[in-house]
Amino acid sequence: MAEKSGADILVECLVDLGVEVVFGYPGGAVLPIYDALYNHPTIKHVLVRHEQGATHMAEGYARSTGRPGVVLVTSGPGATNAVTGITDALMDSIPMVVITGQVPTQLIGTDAFQEADTVGITRHCSKHNYLVKTPGKLAEVVHEAFHIATTGRPGPVVVDIPKNVQIATAPYRKPELKVHPSYRPQTKADAAAIDSAVEMLAAAERPILYTGGGVINSGPRGSALLRELAALTGAPVTSTLMGLGAFPASSDQWLGMLGMHGTYEANWAMNQADLILCIGARFDDRVTGRLDAFAPNARKIHIDIDRSSINKTVDVDLPIVADVASALDDMIALWKQRGHRASALGEWWARIEGWRAVRSLDYAEDGKDIMPQRAIADLYKACAASGKDVIITTEVGQHQMWAAQHFGFEAPNKWLTSGGLGTMGYGFPAAIGAQMGNPDSLTVCIAGDASIQMNIQEMGTATQYRLPVKILILNNEYMGMVRQWQELTYESRYSNSYSDSLPDFVKLGEAYGWAGIRIERPDELEAGLREMIDTPGPVIVDCRVAKLSNCFPMIPSGASHTDMLLDPKQIAGVMSDEAKALV
Amino acid sequence: MHIQEELSQRHVLSLTVSNEAGILARIAGLFTARGYNIDSLTVADITADHAISRITIVTSGPPKVVDQIIAQLERLVPVHKVTDLTEAGPFVERELALVKVAGVGEDRIEALRLADVFRAKVVDTTIESFIFEITGTTEKIDNFVGLMRQIGLIEVGRTGVVGLMRGKEAV
Ligand SMILES: Cc1ncc(C[n+]2csc(CCOP(=O)(O)OP(=O)(O)O)c2C)c(N)n1
Ligand SMILES: [Mg+2]
Repeated sequence: MAEKSGADILVECLVDLGVEVVFGYPGGAVLPIYDALYNHPTIKHVLVRHEQGATHMAEGYARSTGRPGVVLVTSGPGATNAVTGITDALMDSIPMVVITGQVPTQLIGTDAFQEADTVGITRHCSKHNYLVKTPGKLAEVVHEAFHIATTGRPGPVVVDIPKNVQIATAPYRKPELKVHPSYRPQTKADAAAIDSAVEMLAAAERPILYTGGGVINSGPRGSALLRELAALTGAPVTSTLMGLGAFPASSDQWLGMLGMHGTYEANWAMNQADLILCIGARFDDRVTGRLDAFAPNARKIHIDIDRSSINKTVDVDLPIVADVASALDDMIALWKQRGHRASALGEWWARIEGWRAVRSLDYAEDGKDIMPQRAIADLYKACAASGKDVIITTEVGQHQMWAAQHFGFEAPNKWLTSGGLGTMGYGFPAAIGAQMGNPDSLTVCIAGDASIQMNIQEMGTATQYRLPVKILILNNEYMGMVRQWQELTYESRYSNSYSDSLPDFVKLGEAYGWAGIRIERPDELEAGLREMIDTPGPVIVDCRVAKLSNCFPMIPSGASHTDMLLDPKQIAGVMSDEAKALV
Repeated sequence: MHIQEELSQRHVLSLTVSNEAGILARIAGLFTARGYNIDSLTVADITADHAISRITIVTSGPPKVVDQIIAQLERLVPVHKVTDLTEAGPFVERELALVKVAGVGEDRIEALRLADVFRAKVVDTTIESFIFEITGTTEKIDNFVGLMRQIGLIEVGRTGVVGLMRGKEAV
């Protein structure tokens, strides 16, 4: 059999696995792999400016295409720079394979130049990881790594390859997929559980579908089946931050996002429901608020592919370990077979309409300042009017929540945000990755003035690969979300949350060969956003918004769904230590 | 503000895992990362081809936490099976200890007498000391060590618990 070097085996595997794009950054310990990629006919390498950027690009690529994102970085600092993105992908269940170079095997453990214990460091922030000590094992490991990253609950897998293993040769033949015998994600639901779920749903008087990122991870069928189940049952639908787009925001049954910055109607409906069907969500603390007051009268069904997500924080009445699409398929089939019809939910919907009438997302405008919510709403209109396929990414902060509240998502895989880890610096690289995977889409990163600076160096990457991403900065000259908490919790002592010495973003754009636009007054907003969309190539928009706006509704930490704050007047000023201690 | 602690119960978990580099670190790290307790942990390979190891972990926590621990362990790729022996039915657990005791005269005789009661074996002796080997439950060993402390305990080495289900089935 022909022998190949480890580097060639790796690249061959990537080709066999259908990898088209690798986001990476070279260094001593991956030079053999970079040589194998030199002028490669099918694999495109995107050279980033910082390895963290590569990981978020891979996440953006993965979330928007449904295919795994691939990262290639060198040993030591290359690998440690990737750790934030790996952790982010773990928290948000994003399929990603990270290939890291390592010092040669004989130097491992000697504190060699650019040595870091990559498998040690990433052991608890990856779904699985490997140190490959011989080229003969490499193909098997790489195939298994992609399998593990993309099946079950998706997540990041790290493959650490010492430099001598990249150079040494071994016989190579395309491997059979040999997966750990212990790795068997459960995708098919227990039939008895499906039966109970269908009967509970049919009997419910006040049902609600509480959906999450698992619906999107389950693929387009997950979203299609969710829509079908909602139509069959007539139940209201809410979603976590990660699940937006799985159910269309234009539907009458849509209540908006739930949780800390969710709508009044979504949170009240959760609180008053008699049945919660949780589909691919995980009762995160941002969603539940105070646990002992969470949905006190509801029976709970939880569909999740990860058994450890079930009964982790909230005890449920009926656990269903399964892939969302598979479980919904079974439920719908049984629902139809039993001849169930949407129950009379008139009274339930009447109560929901009452909560809706509160119009919790409304905001006051003074005509002088651009309200950030208005900027998002106008962006939504301008995007819809463009007729393009639109992908929205966000950074982390108030702007992220306003985007979730005021941009209407109609389809899955169009909304990319860092939910679990809340990583500032995620949104812009994610937009680049999404644009790579969707060259014809209009990709907009909604950013804050502080977050955008965390990976702003990637402007060079967008320029280099001619990626027409748009950055819309809602510039309030503050780390707005931090400032809001300080206003609520620490009597407005704004310790280190003012964005001092901001760069001139328009000039910065120009320096990188981008177009730069500044929007300062409400009457410039519409035209400015249209200009952003119509300008070919990458565009950065510095949109000056009201500086001290707060994001409402808000459930303060430690409060229950029914203790929602709707506007600034309700802010008490001082909080108890117990409440302060919660994040 | 003060931090409250929950009541916890002792559980013996028996895991079969692929015998590969890093598996122990993966498991031990999971416990620290998620704030679970490890009272004891033993590991050794148990198949002829050395492919599978059994890890026995004694942990403690409220029922819900123990359930989470099991779910989290099962999620690790190289973990084949996790059995909570404490919940699964009658089981046998044993621990081995080496107990060094020094003393002369009456103390020496008393040590031997107690060792006899506990069916501990003498595995080393000098004019002034013994090393006893004792197996049994953690509680039995605790008791033995407690008594020896009053006589002249020098030091103790313990293996930690191993356990198996009673009856002819494998877990
Ligand atoms: C890497 C990282 N560091 C710190 C934080 C804490 N944090 C959350 S939001 C925020 C402020 C974000 O400010 P900006 O990007 O201007 O957004 P705004 O809230 O003003 O819309 C900070 C510092 C974080 N989420 N991520
Ligand atoms: Mg800001």
